[in-house]
Amino acid sequence: MKPEVILSVENVSKQYRLGKVGTGTLSHDLNRWWHKIRGKEDPYLKIGDTNDRTTKGKSEYVWALKDINFQVNSGEVIGVIGKNGAGKSTLLKLLSRVAGPTTGSIKFNGRIASLLEVGTGFHPELTGRENIYLNGAILGMTKKEIASKLDEIIDFSGCQRYIDTPVKRYSSGMTVRLAFAVAAFLEPEILIIDEVLAVGDAEFQKKALGKMQDISKGEGRTVIFVSHNMAAVKSLCTRGIVIENGIVVLDAKIEEAIAYYLSGGGDVINSKKFDPSALYDTEVYKLNSISLKNTGKEFIEPITENEVIELLTDIDIKDKEFYRYIITYHLYNEMGEEMFSFSNAKDGVNLRQGNNRIKCFFPKDFFQSGQYFLSLFIVKDKREAVFIEKDIVSFTVIDGGRELGIYMGREPGYIKPTFNWQNQQ
Amino acid sequence: MNENKNQEWLYEINPKDDFFRLHLKEVWQYRDLLMLFVKRDVVTLYKQTILGPLWYLIQPLFTAVIFTIIFNNIAGIDTGDVPPFLFNLASITAWNYFSSCLNSTSDTFKSNAGLFGKVYFPRIIMPLSTVISNLIKFGLQLLIFIAFYIYYLLIGKNVSPNITIVFFPILIVVMGMLGLGLGMIISSMVTKYRDLSFLVGFGVQLLMYLSAVNYPLSLIREKMPDYAWIAEYNPMAHVIEITRYMLLNKGSYSLGAMLYCIIFTVVVFFIGLLIFNKTEKTFIDTV
Repeated sequence: MKPEVILSVENVSKQYRLGKVGTGTLSHDLNRWWHKIRGKEDPYLKIGDTNDRTTKGKSEYVWALKDINFQVNSGEVIGVIGKNGAGKSTLLKLLSRVAGPTTGSIKFNGRIASLLEVGTGFHPELTGRENIYLNGAILGMTKKEIASKLDEIIDFSGCQRYIDTPVKRYSSGMTVRLAFAVAAFLEPEILIIDEVLAVGDAEFQKKALGKMQDISKGEGRTVIFVSHNMAAVKSLCTRGIVIENGIVVLDAKIEEAIAYYLSGGGDVINSKKFDPSALYDTEVYKLNSISLKNTGKEFIEPITENEVIELLTDIDIKDKEFYRYIITYHLYNEMGEEMFSFSNAKDGVNLRQGNNRIKCFFPKDFFQSGQYFLSLFIVKDKREAVFIEKDIVSFTVIDGGRELGIYMGREPGYIKPTFNWQNQQ
Repeated sequence: MNENKNQEWLYEINPKDDFFRLHLKEVWQYRDLLMLFVKRDVVTLYKQTILGPLWYLIQPLFTAVIFTIIFNNIAGIDTGDVPPFLFNLASITAWNYFSSCLNSTSDTFKSNAGLFGKVYFPRIIMPLSTVISNLIKFGLQLLIFIAFYIYYLLIGKNVSPNITIVFFPILIVVMGMLGLGLGMIISSMVTKYRDLSFLVGFGVQLLMYLSAVNYPLSLIREKMPDYAWIAEYNPMAHVIEITRYMLLNKGSYSLGAMLYCIIFTVVVFFIGLLIFNKTEKTFIDTV
């Protein structure tokens, strides 16, 4: 039997206007209206840059999504993955009908309910029970449906004791539990879930993930799931859609999609070039670039932990008294915690006048996979910092050796040493 | 892709929806939500107040007292055989219903942007629910009016309703729809042009003076015949005047005026509905 297509997204694009909405709004509106009267196309639809937040665009209109096409079969669980600002949430907003597409059409059979952010529409003055009804109705349930599941919802939330207390007296965790419980017992044909797992304590997260698994696998519901938690995506979804700068770059099996996404999708930016501005080009120094890669690899390739990683600092020292300067890095993990600092002077390499291409090598099996941030200090006479920039460059270390699908959770810690083990009998 | 061309879809989202499709079936599916919003509005409004729902009654009573002192005792506006207090209370009760419908629906999109940005339901549910909860408030205020009515009857004042009072429900619908219609138009425009919300703030107050709330319509015709057309064209002036005619048998009534109000209201309501429908799809990007 051929699976039935339950959702079809056809040539969907979404345009946003950047900057301040306000100045010039009226004139653009009048211009649009004038074109419409004469039966012409909207003049602002022809322009617009792609959605890349790192570059400076020419137009004040931007395409958050451009020509998105995909179809979802009934019972499929799809993971939508992509970097921050790639357009995932915009896509979900269009699917959940919160915002309308600029062009294209979305067709579907059955109710779509979205779990974009839990607790939407809770009223602080109402009791937990009243809020279950209100929230359920907002999410598209009828009073009868809610009443039939009320006990289950209360039980799942674990808030029995407080169910007749106004929600404003709840702790934030309790509010989230209650809200998730309502959403978990929704019965739409298509369920959209965006990053909800980032809430609640560990126990509840586990419960929530288990419930999701039930929904998607046990009940055969169609689910569209957006998360940065690759372990969750991997265990829940069967198919993955990778979005990059507003365009679907890959639509494949979930393993393939995750591998593609983790490898950076071809444009790893583990390096940074600096414009010769007043900040980076002074009388004392001129900072050219900072970049990281595996030794023997290219800069565009992803950095893996199981090979030597080199950090290249390209800097010109213009001051005649070049020997008075050293460079120091501070390394931070993705939580912003300071891990350690390192400097060229400590390790016996000195700066020269003119161009320096200083390399620092991290041994293999040193970094745990994850994202790291470097702060750069140019220090004069070992006490005065003449240049400081926090998070000047970031780099991502991925797991080189690990087979995808074995264990997708993150291993603990930030270093990954290999030790000498022996089994002495 | 091709085999789906013929497939029947239950829902379809397009950038250019048919302008006249109002999705009323969907509104019906969400009727439970409508009632829950009404309940929420009524229950939560006066939480943590001592007087609670009594505030519904205090406000029109005090306003009526003040109006009686200023407009009737000091300014000397003549209300005929009808006690001035009752005259004012009738006008204020009616005016309050209209103005609270207009005020509370006119910032629908702005004040609910957080909720509307997260989840979809027919947006019209929101202003509809405020109109219904205002109707409940209006009902309570009408009760207090009836109580004073009986009081004046008991002390032997000559008050009596007109036979046309049987049409009063139509007038209530006109007030609600007019407030809702104007509110929807304004709320749709406020999403882009915030200027309007300031205009509504004091505009409604000014409109009250043009709506014959504290004087009979005949007075403006008599004193300022050159400017009476402002009130004549204002459907709310007629609505208030007809309210008093129905409840107190005082003032002028003509079928023409009634028809004018109804037609004006229906036109405004549908324009409001269409604009609101169009805005609900795009407002989240501009609000």
